[in-house]
Amino acid sequence: MARMNYARASCTALEAAMRSDDRVVVVGEDVGRGGIFGQYRGLQQAFGGKRVIDTPISESTILGAAVGMALAGLQPVVEMRVVDFALCAIDELVNQAAKARYMFGGQGRVAMVARLPNGLWSGSAAQHSQSLEAWFAHIPGLVVVAPATPQDNYSLLQASLACGDPVVYLEHKELWGLEGDVDPAKSAQLGEAEIVHPGRDVTVVTWSRTRHTALEAAALTEQQGVSIEVIDLRTIWPWDRDTVLASAARTGRVLITHEAVQVAGFGAEIAATLAEETDARVRRLGAPRIPVGYSMPLEDESRITPQAISAACTKLLEPRNARNPHR
Amino acid sequence: MNKAVRDVELALALALYRTMARIRAFEDAAEEASKGGVAAFGASLSEAKVRGPLHLSTGQEAVAAGVCAHLKKSDLLTSTHRGHGHTIAKGAALDRMMCELFGRAPGYNGGKGGSMHIADFSVGMLGANGVVAAGIPIAVGAAHALRARGGSDVVACFFGDGAINRGPFLEGLNWAAVHALPILFVCEDNRWAATTASDATTAGAGALARAEAIGVPGAQVDGNDVFAVWEAAGRLLAEVRKGDGPRLLHAITYRVKGHVSVDAAAYRDAVKHDKELERDPLVIAAQRIATRDQLEAIGREAREEVAAALKIAHEAPWPEAKAAYTDVQDTGAGRWRG
Repeated sequence: MARMNYARASCTALEAAMRSDDRVVVVGEDVGRGGIFGQYRGLQQAFGGKRVIDTPISESTILGAAVGMALAGLQPVVEMRVVDFALCAIDELVNQAAKARYMFGGQGRVAMVARLPNGLWSGSAAQHSQSLEAWFAHIPGLVVVAPATPQDNYSLLQASLACGDPVVYLEHKELWGLEGDVDPAKSAQLGEAEIVHPGRDVTVVTWSRTRHTALEAAALTEQQGVSIEVIDLRTIWPWDRDTVLASAARTGRVLITHEAVQVAGFGAEIAATLAEETDARVRRLGAPRIPVGYSMPLEDESRITPQAISAACTKLLEPRNARNPHR
Repeated sequence: MNKAVRDVELALALALYRTMARIRAFEDAAEEASKGGVAAFGASLSEAKVRGPLHLSTGQEAVAAGVCAHLKKSDLLTSTHRGHGHTIAKGAALDRMMCELFGRAPGYNGGKGGSMHIADFSVGMLGANGVVAAGIPIAVGAAHALRARGGSDVVACFFGDGAINRGPFLEGLNWAAVHALPILFVCEDNRWAATTASDATTAGAGALARAEAIGVPGAQVDGNDVFAVWEAAGRLLAEVRKGDGPRLLHAITYRVKGHVSVDAAAYRDAVKHDKELERDPLVIAAQRIATRDQLEAIGREAREEVAAALKIAHEAPWPEAKAAYTDVQDTGAGRWRG
């Protein structure tokens, strides 16, 4: 067990993987200097420039080269700086990485971890603050992972490197400095959620930074006598249906909350599944469908707060409207 | 007989001709089997053996043959949507290719890819690609993998003249030059980007000029002269194998057919088109190899090989519907609907 931050945790997991498997390489901008968030610190010094490959600002080729590396036997870890820039490489991710194994009839496969830091980045405005997990969850072939703690950034990165599929690995842009205990012996399964706060009255399903916001909300509502169960999904695709459905059966009320825009966000998929499979009351809380603004009052409109989560939970506990029994 | 031919052993000349003849025979048969197979360019969708877009490289065979004659099985190749020739020249079997075009289970991709994604990894052919220029970044990554493996293997990266107007061309050449990667970039310049003449949409002098500006040297060659292609590709590939970094071969050729098999290409000037047809690479090569009987025998053998491939493809089983769910991903397999 060691105390370390979210960036160091991922770096530690990656270093261990690179030591045990020569095929693991890192490719992206600024990785030789440790990456802009320090998540590659020391790796080029340890493994050299041929395994920790500094690249031009060429997103298409960073991701496309990773596909070629994987098809030819390497296991690339792709640095994409922020998820917003990965849109310059969307063909390579969606048409190439996700499809290669299938369309070539299994002749090759793309064992790759593409690190696309996700989420609202304070003061960074519309092109550096998006949460795009739903885009990738929509694409057959991709695994989508969103760690929220140093332990998970260690264990889930390890699991992602081991799974053999193309993984969209969505670290949060503002969690890099988050400290926590990391037990290297503790493994995580992709597709397995964690109940991070057990509760009775309302299930809150969330992931990434909003896990922490939901925990704050749980403390708030507890003062009002409302007990919230917080589930951190950890993997967006495949998401842990069993854990969510079981919790929904216990509480009968589910709020899904995420930093991404609410419209067509991944919460909609979970809500639809709950509607198909349970009688639970369901609400969603995501960002409004507006770009993230620069100025603080504008930016705050896109921020999910503990108060908003708490209010949404309270709403789920209000008596059903007679005219619309589901509201 | 010119110098290039003198330098080439007759056996090699016949081998180059044989590769071209096999590509031609394969594509002629595929074209015939595709009739009615795509709903575009005024054609209607009906019962065709080869479905969907079929991009023929008819008339461009000399580029694939001349370059791939220098490649070993352990060398890698990335291709384009017009990739039958590259696949055949790299060593794939015609029957398994035809099965793939017919969508049958024994096809290279198990029927999941068809013509546009034809691949044979067992001979280092890493796939045709439905997206213009997409093979360039993949070739860059494959070259890193070869370098990690050690040895003198190279990647041959084929793309068309249309690809040089996409970003990955600039990105990939720059990257390959910076990292001195073992790649031969081959611009197969057939002068048509889909249904638009590429010179109408391309500024400057084209692929080689752009490559040289980036610091990737190369050569321009008559892409319909298989001996000229062979000679230039051999010289450039020797430099690439030596570790001198990437090179670019700009092969000027001509797309005899439309963009896809059912495109009659009526947008082209008929007089100019007929003049181009006189420069058939097989005819050019034949004129320079004075062994008519052998050439006829090669042509006959190629057509027989394709006829056998067609028979196998006709009789081959379809994939089972459940195969639609294999090779998607291991993590979360079975979760197809939520």
